[in-house]
Amino acid sequence: MNSELLRLHGVRKSFGDHVVLREVDLTIEPGECVVLIGASGSGKSTLLRCVNLLEVVDDGVISFEGRDITDPRVDGDEVRSRMGMVFQAYNLFPHLDVIGNVTLALRLVHGVGAEEARSRGTAMLERVGLAAKAEARPDDLSGGQQQRVAIARALVANPRLMLLDEVTSALDPELVGEVLDLLTELKAEGVTMLLNTHEMGFARDVADEVCFLHDGRIHERGRPEQVIGDPQEDRTRAFLSRIRAS
Amino acid sequence: MTDQVDTAWEPSEVQRERDEWRRRRTIRSAAIASGSTVLLIGVVGGLVVSSPGWERVQETYFDWDKAVSSFPAVLEGLWLNIRVMALCAVLIVALSLTIAVMRTIRGPVAFPLRLVGTAYVDVFRGLPLLLVIFLLGFGGPALSLSGLPTSALFWGCAALVLSYSAYVAEVFRAGIESVHPSQRLAGRSLGLTYGQTLRHVVLPQAWRRVIPPLMNDLVSLQKDSGLIAVLGVVDAIRAAQIETAIDFNYTPYVVAGVLFCCLTIPMARLTDRYARKKGYHGAGGHL
Ligand SMILES: Nc1ncnc2c1ncn2[C@@H]1O[C@H](COP(=O)(O)OP(=O)(O)OP(=O)(O)O)[C@@H](O)[C@H]1O
Ligand SMILES: [Mg+2]
Repeated sequence: MNSELLRLHGVRKSFGDHVVLREVDLTIEPGECVVLIGASGSGKSTLLRCVNLLEVVDDGVISFEGRDITDPRVDGDEVRSRMGMVFQAYNLFPHLDVIGNVTLALRLVHGVGAEEARSRGTAMLERVGLAAKAEARPDDLSGGQQQRVAIARALVANPRLMLLDEVTSALDPELVGEVLDLLTELKAEGVTMLLNTHEMGFARDVADEVCFLHDGRIHERGRPEQVIGDPQEDRTRAFLSRIRAS
Repeated sequence: MTDQVDTAWEPSEVQRERDEWRRRRTIRSAAIASGSTVLLIGVVGGLVVSSPGWERVQETYFDWDKAVSSFPAVLEGLWLNIRVMALCAVLIVALSLTIAVMRTIRGPVAFPLRLVGTAYVDVFRGLPLLLVIFLLGFGGPALSLSGLPTSALFWGCAALVLSYSAYVAEVFRAGIESVHPSQRLAGRSLGLTYGQTLRHVVLPQAWRRVIPPLMNDLVSLQKDSGLIAVLGVVDAIRAAQIETAIDFNYTPYVVAGVLFCCLTIPMARLTDRYARKKGYHGAGGHL
């Protein structure tokens, strides 16, 4: 019965007096792609950071691969090494070149030798179309290129779960298509994904399930064509009509 | 996504004209710069030399024969300054980095570390360097602790290291704290431990940022290495003093001063070069 890869139950997170996540329940099956939508500031990034144990939740339980990872006795580093996270602002390491960014965790965390790390990193860069930029510094890349390096960095150690924060926000439509292809490929390989986005078209194409986050709760969830195409809740409808209007 | 090299490109008429104009302007700028420099030096030099009393000033401070005769002794003293500085610099970097890291570790377990680090910095930043040199330089040998040398040189260096490390630790700490928290998050999200994130993500970035202020402290150390002369160690300043005492001609001090500048100025240029090579883009650029 315990087939889900990730399960959130009653997750609460606040910063000072500001309650961002009130009571979030969510389950993700292996191989599934779940997309979070919601207004700016609704806590989508916070939710991803909580799952990655970069924030400590105030209450509730997050289980990953059947284990409660919010238990303080759990080794967070080990949990994070089996997830890949792509940040909204990329957070690439400016003092390392592209290949250095991609191979750092392989060498330090996964104990892969320098040579093998390099060949795996290069293969990953080829996959995101950036093999030619391996020696470049992140600051010398365009926003979309940095985004793809960040994806490569998160993917290279074969994570069980990918957390993607606004992966398409800096990309033009053509590159959005490329990222979409990449994510579809990953899905076919069985990589489970939790991501958030402001682009409903992208959400509709990539998601198995869409969750609308509002007021610290998941207000509505379901197939993309249902939540985005024919929302049942007033809040969801209001949010979507505002997005379409802009 | 591939960049092609455009081999067929030839600069246009407009571009050639621009390049030509820039080239002419560069030559003109250089000519103006050197002309005005020579003029300024000439005017200032003329004023100084023609002023009354110049002869006496020249005799006491710029006596060529005295400079030549005192040069070997002062230079030998300077060699001691250089060695003291090099050794102390290495020890200071090691000690201050340790202190800085101790002060930035979070969590209750590390509280004693933070306390020790803070107390150390507070005390040794508060004490005048000369006082520490007196305390250790005269007090240290008197203790005659087994295992520790009693030479004034050893205790003088110890005083320099202890005092400077307090300052440099604060420079390192500022550098560590200037690295954006999202960099730590990115490191941790990849599964790196706290220590690995510090070592491979935070410190390399902090290091690059603190090089300019660090070099400033190094230059300052080079000069302050002369303070151990008060312990009777014969460094460049003490050597100059000895030479001066012979005939009350102060030229040896000028010789020592020039030699100190000859050390620090190239170091400042080297610092700029190193920082640039490491990809440190300060303000400026070509605009
Ligand atoms: N470290 C923090 N300290 C204090 N408040 C924070 C912190 N991180 C996030 N917040 C607050 O939590 C709320 C949710 O932020 P979050 O970044 O999760 O929003 P989001 O849904 O990702 O928004 P966007 O779509 O604009 O990226 C915001 O009001 C934000 O100000
Ligand atoms: Mg966000």
